[in-house]
Amino acid sequence: MKLSEVVRIVNGTVLSGAENLDKEVLLGFSSDLMSDVLTLLADDILLITGLSNNQAIRTAEMSDISHILFVRNKFPTKTMLDLANEHGITIITTPFSMFRASGLLFEQGLEPVY
Amino acid sequence: MQTVYQVRQGDFANAGKISSTVKGVLKQLNLAPEHIKRIVVALYEAEVNVVAHSYGGFIQCTFASDKITIYVHDEGPGIPDVTLAMTEGYSTASAEVREMGFGAGMGLSNMRKNCDLMHIESAQDKPTDITMVFNLQQGTQHG
Repeated sequence: MKLSEVVRIVNGTVLSGAENLDKEVLLGFSSDLMSDVLTLLADDILLITGLSNNQAIRTAEMSDISHILFVRNKFPTKTMLDLANEHGITIITTPFSMFRASGLLFEQGLEPVY
Repeated sequence: MQTVYQVRQGDFANAGKISSTVKGVLKQLNLAPEHIKRIVVALYEAEVNVVAHSYGGFIQCTFASDKITIYVHDEGPGIPDVTLAMTEGYSTASAEVREMGFGAGMGLSNMRKNCDLMHIESAQDKPTDITMVFNLQQGTQHG
């Protein structure tokens, strides 16, 4: 699905990487545990997380993950947004919980990694 | 080519900066993306480990045409039982480390899975030295 679809489905707000909204994302992975994210082999993943700190952005950078959805209105800091912009990472926030956001995206066709 | 980077104890704000810098170097060296990913994932776990668990140390990266070698040294306090520490799920991480999204006892095994050769030397109240080798030849198996 297109990233713009993701934004629509989760009632999201785009905080960085608005130019990427036409890009396709195939897989979703929900986790607050960055070591778990670092085990993923696939690229082009939407990372759905409640962990709003620098390490979420760094983990995405190392794992070649280009899109992060922060749940429960976790707003990234300016440092995080600067890092995301530097590495071309799209940041979206949603008021929904991780469970609800994941469920809605799964229902609409975003595939799980496992 | 060899580069050395200092890592400061508890410097969570900057954890990942070294891995990011090295990723840039690896891209410039035109390494295949799958090699870059496994090297930087292992390096990032190592970097977070030094920040989270040690008194500080350094990371030395040696770039050759056939392999990348990463040597991680810290000033202690050491790992009393390396075998136990390598067990997935075993962790001594503080609440602060867990809040950063780490500390689930996956770091060392993530490092081992991503490199072709890993050697750890450590003991209680001693420095920890870890060497990771990443072969770059085609068809090299790792894990």
